[in-house]
Formats: sequence, structure tokens, C-alpha cells
Amino acid sequence: METILPILYLVASITFIVGLKMLGSPKTARQGNLIAAFGMVLAIAGTIFLYRGPTGEGLHNIPFILGAVVVGTVIGWMMAMKVKMTAMPQMVSFFNGMGGACAALISLMEYRAQSGAPMGLGHGLATIAGLLIGSISFSGSIIAFGKLEERIKDIRFTGQQFINNATLVAALAIGGLIVAGQLSGFEIVVGLAILSLIFGVLFVLPIGGADMPVVISLLNSFTGVAAACGGFLYGNMVMLIGGILVGSAGTLLTVVMCKAMNRSLLNVLIGNFQGSGATGAAAGATGAIREVSATDAAVLMAYAKQVVIVPGYGLAVAQAQHVCHQLEHELEAKGVIVKYAIHPVAGRMPGHMNVLLAEADVSYDKLVEMEEINPEFPTTDVVLVVGANDVVNPAAKTDPQSPIYGMPVLDVELSKQVIVMKRSMKAGYAGIDNELFYRPNTSMLFGDAKKSLSSLVSEVKAL
Amino acid sequence: MDSSTLQIIYLVILMIFLGVELIGHVPSVLHTPLMSGANAIHGVVIIGSIIVMGEATDMLSMILGFLAVIMGTLNVVGGFVVTNRMLEMFRKKH
Repeated sequence: METILPILYLVASITFIVGLKMLGSPKTARQGNLIAAFGMVLAIAGTIFLYRGPTGEGLHNIPFILGAVVVGTVIGWMMAMKVKMTAMPQMVSFFNGMGGACAALISLMEYRAQSGAPMGLGHGLATIAGLLIGSISFSGSIIAFGKLEERIKDIRFTGQQFINNATLVAALAIGGLIVAGQLSGFEIVVGLAILSLIFGVLFVLPIGGADMPVVISLLNSFTGVAAACGGFLYGNMVMLIGGILVGSAGTLLTVVMCKAMNRSLLNVLIGNFQGSGATGAAAGATGAIREVSATDAAVLMAYAKQVVIVPGYGLAVAQAQHVCHQLEHELEAKGVIVKYAIHPVAGRMPGHMNVLLAEADVSYDKLVEMEEINPEFPTTDVVLVVGANDVVNPAAKTDPQSPIYGMPVLDVELSKQVIVMKRSMKAGYAGIDNELFYRPNTSMLFGDAKKSLSSLVSEVKAL
Repeated sequence: MDSSTLQIIYLVILMIFLGVELIGHVPSVLHTPLMSGANAIHGVVIIGSIIVMGEATDMLSMILGFLAVIMGTLNVVGGFVVTNRMLEMFRKKH
């Protein structure tokens, strides 16, 4: 009997490793996810029914545990099934926060159960680290969720960096004293949890919404580490392996995302999307803009040889991916070559735009990545920018003052004609103006992306 | 430092390298599903919450444990289901 559970844990650990590996390739990704999920079910069911504590006793409260699992399953399943594809990043952030909270609660209860008895160094360290990291991950993820939902604004004030650092140092110091046995008591540990929660909020608040994916990815790896702390606490190998794997893979993913924006992680975390650069760029980009009607735009596109569509988050919010696919269809019926230029951070997360367009049945081979499409722009007749802004801002290449300077962008301005669909002249997510809109070969088509696209569809059809 | 702690440190270091190795060359198209999948995997933290809940004796521990198990389940179930939904979109074409 006693050997069954460790074997289940071993199998689960292998499914996590294999699953994560398979998630890295488009062909096997879905299977990889299912394999990891299967391993997780084994590990959970095994723990509930086969776990024996150090004294050889099984777990109590099994009905309550099962009840909680059922409640969590129903809510989690419903939330995950109902969420719109556009809101996927914040959903991931929310679930990540739940994992962090779970890790923090484990530490809290573990400390309480051990109260009185002195903790060993390893045990104490794992308890306090799990509490700290789990709490930061929880509150940080919830703030990131709120930001992506656009319910929470970026908040910056002078001395913020100092307050953040002071909070973190205080939390680390209290944590260190608890581990060293200088401080003790459940109230103090609860206080530490609250301080960590506050730090999580302060840490994410000043970071711009455009950088949220990086933050979510980072908090994701935090939760991994918090889970591993729990694993150390119980000498539980599957928690340890799963947690550390996610911790390290998540950290690498975070760095890769930063690289896609040509920024360092530190630069993202300190929140450099602020200050004089933004205003300087805004002042530089002025001039006349040209508006174009849907009819004229339709003519331009229908008689072009090649049209490249640049989808951005604006397309996603307007739920316009299906109409966009229709336009592509109509243009192709007129003999136009249509391609989609996908910037690595288009949408709200890397790969988010691919998911959205795939949802609308856009063929995978029409989605061209930035490095491949950039040389094609000079020979492209019309570029249609749908709700994208920062990823087509030439200031990233030309203006060292610009906050996005150095970020690789799509060279749309090299094409013969650029049509930008936008709701208004409002600045992009990074909050900076875009000189592309004032270029002589750019015209603007104002309005909701979905409405504009459907009028384009009917205009093209009528030609 | 006893040998079991040392073994755990070895394991942690190996897993760090494995994690980096596993996702080193992933196309950016898959970053979102990958992050989401990894998110579901760290839901394994639920096992810890099941253990504390199973060893809880008083009311406060029961309540905290119950909450922890619910949150852990949300992480696991939500994480895997969301990832699966994203990846289903890719599958339709092939």
C-alpha cells in the first residue's frame, strides 16, 4: 500500500515534464496539456485516498476535502469555459493568483499547527518563503487581472520606488527573524502575510498595462516556487518537481518575452514607460492626418496585388476577428494576396493574436511573423492596421527619446499605402503618440474596428 | 546538512536546468498557451492544501484549509481547461 502513492507521484512528475515539453510544439501542445492534467488527477486522487502521515494515519475530513474539490472544479470549469478568448490573459492571471493564495494558506496553517515547537532551519525557511512568495503572487496577480480588465489604472507617485523597496525589505527582515526564531506567534505571521500582500499590490500598480504579460509570467514562476516550498515542507516530490519546473521555465519565458520587446526585466519592473520621453515623442509627432472613407479604402485594397493586415488588440476588443477573416476571403476572391503580420507581442500576450485569429478560422500559414514579413513591406501595396498602434510605431526605430525605442516593430511605413483603423486619435497602450499616422502615405479610417471592417467587406463585395 | 536535504537541493538544481531546457526553443506563437499550461501545473500546490486540510483539527484550520483546497482546485481545473480551449483553436486547421 505505502508504495503506491510514491509511484503515483512519480508518474505525475513524469507527465508534468513530458507535458511541458509537448506544450512547446504546435502539433503536440494539446496532448501535452491533457497528459499533464491526467497526471495531476492521479496525484490529487492518490493524495486524498492513499496519503499516510508520519504516524501512519490517513487524512481526516475527507468529505470536506472532496466537497472543496467539487466546488473548485465547478467554479473553475465554468469560469474557464465562459471566458472570452480576448480575456484569456487576465483569466490566467486570476488562476495563478489562486495558486499563490493556496500556497500562502498552506504556510499559514502549517505554522499554526507547529506553534510552540521550534522549527528547523529548512522547515522554517520553506514555510516563510511559501507564505511570502504565495502572498505576493496572489495580490500581484489580482492587480494584474484588474489592470487587464481595465478596472485598475496605473498609479505612480514620487517616492514609490522607495516605499516598494522599504516594504519588501521589511517583509524580508520580519521573515528572517521568524526563521531565526527571534520572532514568533501566529499574529506576527499573519502580519507578515498582510505585509507581503501589500507589497504585491505596490509592486504591480506602477507597471504599465502593456507590460502585464511579463508580470503575469513572472508571478507565474513565483507561484511555482511557492508550490515547491510546500513540496519541501512535506517532503513531497511531485510538488517539488512541478513547482521548480514551472519556476524555472516561467522565469525563462519571462526573459524571452522581455527580449521580444527588446527590454530588460529590470526595465519592465521599474516601469520605464513614463517620464519625459513620452511627452517628447508626443510633441514631435504632429501634423495633418488624412481620413479615408470605407469606399475608397475598399477600392485601394481590391485593386492591390498584396494586402497585409496588421491585427492588434483593437481587433480583439471589437471581437472583429471573424469579420476580418471575411474581408480576407472577399479580397482573395478578387485575386489579392492577403497576409497577416503578427508582431511577437500583438494582443496582450505573445501568441495571443494567433489564438484569436485561429478562433476565426484564419489559416495558420497566412499568419506571418515579424522577421519574415518585414522585408515584404516595400513590395506591399496596402497595409491595413486594425487596432494596432505601438507595434507599428516608427519612433521605436528613429527616436531614442521614445519610451519604446529599441523595440522591434513592423516596418509598415515602407509600403505604398497604409490604412489605419482606429477608434480615435487616442494614444496606444504604451500611452505614446504615433508619427505613423501623420505620414504622407498613411490614411486613417476612424470607427469601431468591427463596423469599419464589415463596411469594407460590403464595399469590396459591391466592386 | 543531512543527506535528504542535500538530495532535495540536487533535485531542485536539476529541475531548474530541465525547466530551462524544456522550453528553450519555443516559438512565440505558443508562449501564451505555454504560460497557461505551466500555470496549471503549479496547481500541484493543491496537494499541500489537501494534506493540511486532512490534518486540521480546529475550526479556523478547517475554514482556511477548505478555502485553500478550493483555490488550489480553481488553479488546477481552470488552468488546464483554459489551456485546452486555447489549443483547440490551433487544432482545427490541421
